[in-house]
Amino acid sequence: MNKETCECGHKNPYGTYLCESCGKPLKEDGRLANMRYEGVARRSQTYKRSVVDKVWNFFSSVKVGIWIIVLILVTSSIGTLFPQEMYIPPGEDPSLYYAQEYGILGQLYYDLGFHNLYSSWWYMLLIAALGISLVIASLDRFVPLYRALKKQRVTRHAAFMKKQRVYGEGLSSNADLESVKDKLKSKRYKVREENGNLLAEKGRFARWGPYVNHIGLIIFLIGGMLRFFPGMYLDDYVWIREGETEVISGTDGEYFVENNEFLVELYDDQNEDIFQEALMREDAPVVSNYQTNASLYKRAEGGSIGSETELEHVKDHEIRVNEPLTFEGISLYQVDYKINELSNFTFTLESETADEDQLEEVVFNVDLNDPQMYYDYDNGYQVEIIEYFPNFYVSDDGEPMTMNRVPDNPRIIFEVFPPDTDPETDTGEISMIGVQVNEALNEGHEHRISMQDVELVDVTGLTVRRDHTLPIIIVGGSIFMVGLIQGSYWHHRRIWIQQKDGRMLVAGHANKNWHALKNDIAFISEGTNLPEVHDQLDEEEKIEEDKSKMSEGGSR
Amino acid sequence: MFELSSTLLFVAFGLYMAATIFFAVSITGKKFKNRRGIEANKSGLFGYISAVGGFISALAYFVTRWLAVGYAPVSNMFEYTTALGIAMSLAFVIIYPIYKNNYLGLFTMPVVMLIIAYASMFPVEAQPLIPALQSNWLFIHVITTAIGQGILAIGFAAGVLYLVRMIDFTKASKKVKGIEFIMFTLLATVAYVMIGIGFGAADYTATFEYVNEFGETSEIDYPLPPIVGPNEGELVSEQGFNPVISMPEFIRSDDVNTVLWSVLGGLLLYGGLRFGFRKPVAGALQPLVRNVNPQTVDEISYRAIAIGFPVFTLGGLIFAMIWAQIAWTRFWGWDPKEVWALITFLFYAAYLHLRLSRGWQGEKSAWLCVIGFALIMFNLIFVNLIIAGLHSYA
Repeated sequence: MNKETCECGHKNPYGTYLCESCGKPLKEDGRLANMRYEGVARRSQTYKRSVVDKVWNFFSSVKVGIWIIVLILVTSSIGTLFPQEMYIPPGEDPSLYYAQEYGILGQLYYDLGFHNLYSSWWYMLLIAALGISLVIASLDRFVPLYRALKKQRVTRHAAFMKKQRVYGEGLSSNADLESVKDKLKSKRYKVREENGNLLAEKGRFARWGPYVNHIGLIIFLIGGMLRFFPGMYLDDYVWIREGETEVISGTDGEYFVENNEFLVELYDDQNEDIFQEALMREDAPVVSNYQTNASLYKRAEGGSIGSETELEHVKDHEIRVNEPLTFEGISLYQVDYKINELSNFTFTLESETADEDQLEEVVFNVDLNDPQMYYDYDNGYQVEIIEYFPNFYVSDDGEPMTMNRVPDNPRIIFEVFPPDTDPETDTGEISMIGVQVNEALNEGHEHRISMQDVELVDVTGLTVRRDHTLPIIIVGGSIFMVGLIQGSYWHHRRIWIQQKDGRMLVAGHANKNWHALKNDIAFISEGTNLPEVHDQLDEEEKIEEDKSKMSEGGSR
Repeated sequence: MFELSSTLLFVAFGLYMAATIFFAVSITGKKFKNRRGIEANKSGLFGYISAVGGFISALAYFVTRWLAVGYAPVSNMFEYTTALGIAMSLAFVIIYPIYKNNYLGLFTMPVVMLIIAYASMFPVEAQPLIPALQSNWLFIHVITTAIGQGILAIGFAAGVLYLVRMIDFTKASKKVKGIEFIMFTLLATVAYVMIGIGFGAADYTATFEYVNEFGETSEIDYPLPPIVGPNEGELVSEQGFNPVISMPEFIRSDDVNTVLWSVLGGLLLYGGLRFGFRKPVAGALQPLVRNVNPQTVDEISYRAIAIGFPVFTLGGLIFAMIWAQIAWTRFWGWDPKEVWALITFLFYAAYLHLRLSRGWQGEKSAWLCVIGFALIMFNLIFVNLIIAGLHSYA
């Protein structure tokens, strides 16, 4: 590409709007100079040949970037129309649920895959496009902008001055440049001087804010992407009954957690306090606290995997919502619970014929989570559990089955052998026992099993989470925030004062916050006889407004 | 303490109203002052002092309520919406000294009042905190978000001011319809508040027995006279009358009824003003703001958004993510409120990028400020009350 040589002698890259050195406009471009990116030549506007150039040009465009943002914005909103699949009630079949709840629109929502919108390939593609746009658009601008701001000269071309939005000129003889300089310095401008010309500059680092925040965003997006790599992200779930200890997944069987106690606490609506009115209005009691009193254990050195006998106590923690138990990057969160799960039945035998003293001895406890299958007594009684169904149901074929190992609807089939029978040869009295169920399964019973006591236990549901992407996300988010603040709360302001042929030209430019720039110029002009400046954009607008008024008047 | 806090909010409301009046006088009252031979019109200053007083009083409400209930009062619709109004007045109190623009006061203070009045339509009694909200992040996240949105709302007020100043009301156009729709929405909110207060003071309730969406018989209370009734509803209270039409069971008929009342009230107010002025309502305001410098107002709205955007991002996304990681086990879960906070963020990000392009300053940018505020209100009202999610507490 040819270089463009300015009259000041500086060679500018092809595509430059304003000479990098003196600011002379090299292309005719409106009444006011386009000061975006200092009028530098950007790669995207210079090379247009190869495929790489075309891709680069596409993604470097702010317009394309905005379109990507708008597309993400619109598609994201569609995903909130109906709940995402992860928020529909557990156990529901999504292929039926959406049609059932939301009718034909719901079916369409499901068919289009909007129930998993945020993990769809095209949504991911949009996010990826945003990431690429961030990188390319930033590089395309940052490099030449950095060069231009680094190289900028104090002395500017008169045409550059006249094309600034804030501009004024007058006779130079009576201006007091020394006081102007002092005043600028008191406003913490950096002042450079060259042959009686001044360049005062302040807050240039604000110009880097957008690039810093884009870097932060890219790091953030990379962090989010890393989640999909194995081992980076652990999301598991564990139910623990009171008094039980469970291994924590993701720790290679090294850590265990014990549920000492689980509590649900309620607000008391009988308290004469400030909340009573609100509590009385609610239909259901309001929960004040969910809590698991947990103990964390670590397998002792040298212990074998899975052996729970050699556990070292690490710490106790009261896990509440908002107060997870955290160790070595893993957190256990209070997310669910089950109150009053059956845990233990105590039975005795009743009989009208047998000796009562003998029966008194026969008391058997059945731990519903780990039942002892055989009980025998000194007086000769023997009880055997033939079969145990923790969560009983009858299958379609009429077979008794259990749904899972959770004792929500336990059925136990007992065989009772009185002292005079021999379990090896005889058949005992067989019966099926459950909650409110006591059925004899064979004839000739002389004993009846009687449920004496039921023990209940609370179960806590904990989420086990480890997220190795968090540090990257935190770094990205912090850099983004720093960049955002840097670019938003500081402004790059420049004031040029040039003397030529006995005239003095004053021009100012701010990347935002022109108000403050004008105030600064008013401050330095006070008592220094600096030529008065005007906002040329105001004037432009007034001219236009007058024009439109005149044309209206004419049409009437 | 609790009663004191309510009183303080009332005082704040009065002071915001005083500020509105002072700002109005500062703009229209110049002639009167001149006739008496006094040149300086100090109403603008009085307006600002009233606004500062209102903010201090509102802050005192916030602190006393915090002390009384034992947590930062930003936990339900009343508390949050009030906090948003207060945050907007805070943003105004900060931005006014920079630009000393009385017109901005005239447009901001009524919006602040309207937000606080709207808030008071929700249950105002103290509610105990559910476990998920019991965290210091409640005030860190929510107060930062409220301040961010409050500053962004100044962008809205300045945007409306710009549009009222610049739109040509002499001929009918989409722009005129647009600004009139904004005026109507504001008036409908006013109507909603007035009707609510009126029937609330009269202790009005109409109770219906009806068949709900599960096919069960249930009861429903109407705070306003039932224009539309529930599915197969039967009036069981003394007050009330038979509704004109009944809603199907899957629609919350009491809400529809309230919306209908607000729209009708809004139409009445709007229609009254429209025919009273014999021109568009915003057009009637235009002569008031003839002396506004559009460049300045455009810059105010841009600056409000440039200042508010990082604060909103910090509170509404970053602090939100930190708290979500602690309370909900993950920093991001595509909950509707989260998504709409992201949408708000993306929208203002697009705005800030558009400001770089030519042709997007001034009027277009003012419209964007209005849309941005609409998104904020949508996320506050619609997402909380209609779309079910983790944030629907109130």
